[in-house]
Amino acid sequence: MKTKVLAIDDSRTIRNLLAATLEEAGFEYHCAVDGREGVDMYTDVDPDVVITDINMPNLDGFGVIEELRGDDFASKVPILVLTTESAPEMKARARGAGATGWITKPFDDDSLIFALKRVTGAAM
Amino acid sequence: MAGSIQDTFFEECEELLEAMDEGLTAIEGGDQDPEIVNAVFRAVHSIKGGAGAFGMEELVAFAHKFETVFDDVRSNKLQLDPKLIQLLFRASDHLADLVTRARDGGQTDAEHHDVLIKALEEYIDEEEEEIVFEPMGFGGLDMGGLPDLPLPDLDAMAGGMIDTASTTPMETLYKVRFHPLKEMFATGNEPFFLLQALSDLGTMDVTLDDSELPGFDVMDLDENYLAWNIELRSKEPRSAVEAVFEFVEGLCELTIDTEEVEASEVPGDADGDAALSALNDAFGTAPAEDEPVAAPAPLAEVAPEEPKPAPVAEPKPAAAPVKAEENTPPPAKSESRGPKPTLRVELERVDRLINAVGELIINHSMLAQQIANLDAGDVRDVEIELEGFKNLARDIQEGVMAIRAQPVKPLFQRMARIVREASSATGKNCKLVTEGEATEVDKTVIERLSDPLTHILRNAVDHGVEKPEDREAAGKSKMGEIRLSASHRSGSVYIEVRDDGAGVNRPRVKQIAIDKGLIPENAELTDNEIDNLLFLPGFSTAKEISNLSGRGVGMDVVKNAVTSLGGRVNVTSTPGKGSVFSIILPLTLAVMDGMVVSVGGQTMVVPITSIVETMRGNDEMLSNLGADGTLLSIRGSFVPVCDVANALGLKDPFSDHQQPGVFLLVETETGQRCALAVDDIHDQRQVVIKSLDGVCGNIDGVSAATILGDGKIAMILDPESIIAASPAAAFDPDRRMSNASAS
Repeated sequence: MKTKVLAIDDSRTIRNLLAATLEEAGFEYHCAVDGREGVDMYTDVDPDVVITDINMPNLDGFGVIEELRGDDFASKVPILVLTTESAPEMKARARGAGATGWITKPFDDDSLIFALKRVTGAAM
Repeated sequence: MAGSIQDTFFEECEELLEAMDEGLTAIEGGDQDPEIVNAVFRAVHSIKGGAGAFGMEELVAFAHKFETVFDDVRSNKLQLDPKLIQLLFRASDHLADLVTRARDGGQTDAEHHDVLIKALEEYIDEEEEEIVFEPMGFGGLDMGGLPDLPLPDLDAMAGGMIDTASTTPMETLYKVRFHPLKEMFATGNEPFFLLQALSDLGTMDVTLDDSELPGFDVMDLDENYLAWNIELRSKEPRSAVEAVFEFVEGLCELTIDTEEVEASEVPGDADGDAALSALNDAFGTAPAEDEPVAAPAPLAEVAPEEPKPAPVAEPKPAAAPVKAEENTPPPAKSESRGPKPTLRVELERVDRLINAVGELIINHSMLAQQIANLDAGDVRDVEIELEGFKNLARDIQEGVMAIRAQPVKPLFQRMARIVREASSATGKNCKLVTEGEATEVDKTVIERLSDPLTHILRNAVDHGVEKPEDREAAGKSKMGEIRLSASHRSGSVYIEVRDDGAGVNRPRVKQIAIDKGLIPENAELTDNEIDNLLFLPGFSTAKEISNLSGRGVGMDVVKNAVTSLGGRVNVTSTPGKGSVFSIILPLTLAVMDGMVVSVGGQTMVVPITSIVETMRGNDEMLSNLGADGTLLSIRGSFVPVCDVANALGLKDPFSDHQQPGVFLLVETETGQRCALAVDDIHDQRQVVIKSLDGVCGNIDGVSAATILGDGKIAMILDPESIIAASPAAAFDPDRRMSNASAS
């Protein structure tokens, strides 16, 4: 079974980069273009891990985490926040909402895989 | 792969830059919606993010400054005043330049770059400065205060200068105690995976510490009573070990102690999988496949006594992904929210389709013709089906055209920048107001309109709008307004550039045209004709070539560009009030509705859009004015007649006088009416436009060719240029009629 990733990012560039890296590393890749679509897709995709951007239209990354961790979904799936915000308060806020970890853009392939490994145990 | 992702990035940048410009324009217009500010922020942010991924440092650095300022705007730390808005516009323009440069190479104006950076920095508090892109993961973190262990010096090893004993790779024994707090489980972090990641760093021995575990009667199911003591032997630096626990910092009690050991001294006898299987036992998980077996070097003394905790004692909440209830219907995708789903298709594929549709339409006409020629009795049924075929073909054609159609909005938005730049270069105050941005036009047309529009707009700022002091003296507001609008009118696209400047200086324009030998000295021209002298090749009104719209290139370039699109351009002007440049373009470049006529024995096509009315003439309707031509009387008014056959040189103009035939009443762009005399009208049908470029070049009066149902080639006429070339062009009904009545 491939590890299923649901990536939520409004930047096509980032989505393509993630797709290239993750598919090459043997993940099953799904993506959504904003937070709302990501939350809507969650049930269908049933991912093993969610990667979400913070700054997005419709629903931002914090909103995604809050909804997924909220009562409607009660998701225990790891959620990695993908963001250029390296500010500590940003990480703290994401974690307060229930984020599992973060990936700082620009990411390199190794760091991305390493982060996924730490939260999903996916064998590379 | 990387290349195509980079292409995507640049494509996306274009969209983001447009969104930025749009947002800034709305903000400039006083729109206070925080979502607009957010959208601009996100656009800059996304450009920065993408640029970072491709190592475009200059772009990242500039976007970062821009973003920082905008973030303060977003959080209301900065007030948007006109000065700041102007700066943001300039920064947005510069960002666009940087993107272009990153894509195409070349130089940006370093001085301009520095000026903008400085200007942006004035708005940035010092403490929020300094861009940090810490690569996440190994070595990127420095959470602990302890220095990293030095890695072996590879250069020194290569040089062979140091004795072998000291170059033996150093291993470190990390003694880690890891006690997750219950809060950790709310974040989706899983101790097992963390320990698994840790085991990748070297060889590991894990001991479960369940000493805190209370009896079942007092157990709090949310609490975690377990801790792990780990002994890890690894060549990795401490930071790598810490990186494993990066996400759970503050969510667990973690201590890491280090001892140095030499790898070579450790007996290599134990099994590396022992640690992992202990882990698996502890968590009740199956061994992960392909788990790499690290260099065997566990500590001999810890191997034997290993407590095996019962899985039942595991207090943590289920960490496996919890499925939302299967029977919950997935939330329906709301139609009203967000942009409609789109599909990105290579242009070439669409063009292939368009070509095929063109052939389909030709094919239809041929079929129709052959059926009409059939000597069979009743073909009505066939004709009905054929009619259905025709309608379907038309539907397909319209559908395909719609794929190529794009709103002019992005084009218009780019023009705002042109006006800004032109204004600052000329010291004038101008703003661009756009209308009809949603008007859709063929993609190629949009692409090829960019240059002529740029030229017209620069011209409008440079020559149209007056200097602020002159405007004030004329009782106008200091700020000049240039209105750029697009609309669909009767099968054509109208693009207008309307300025509220001084209008065309007609005496001067006429004098220049005479001086340059473009018109004879005694030429009698209507106001409108004088205005349109601007489009003559070699005409340039700037006294000295200004560095803006000058460069020795005149408005004739605009005319050529528009004509090559099958369109027309003209200018009308009111002294003191301003000028209007109108560009009229066909909706599509591939198919049009045409009237099939015969002229001088040849079959030709006249675009329906230019025909106002058709009529059969008789002798009484015609009045011959000798060398000046012929007039057609229609319901009490006179219209000059243009004999198409004459104009095209298909018959000797002196052979006979105008024969009453069929007249196509057309209206030119300037509102002048003219009757085109043709021999007969045959049909009205859709024709596929085939360009003559590259076949026989430009022919006056002919815009393109088409293939008719019988397989013959027919020329598509350009009424405008036919009339311009005929005596009818010189006809001014008012002047003539007043002359006529005077005599």
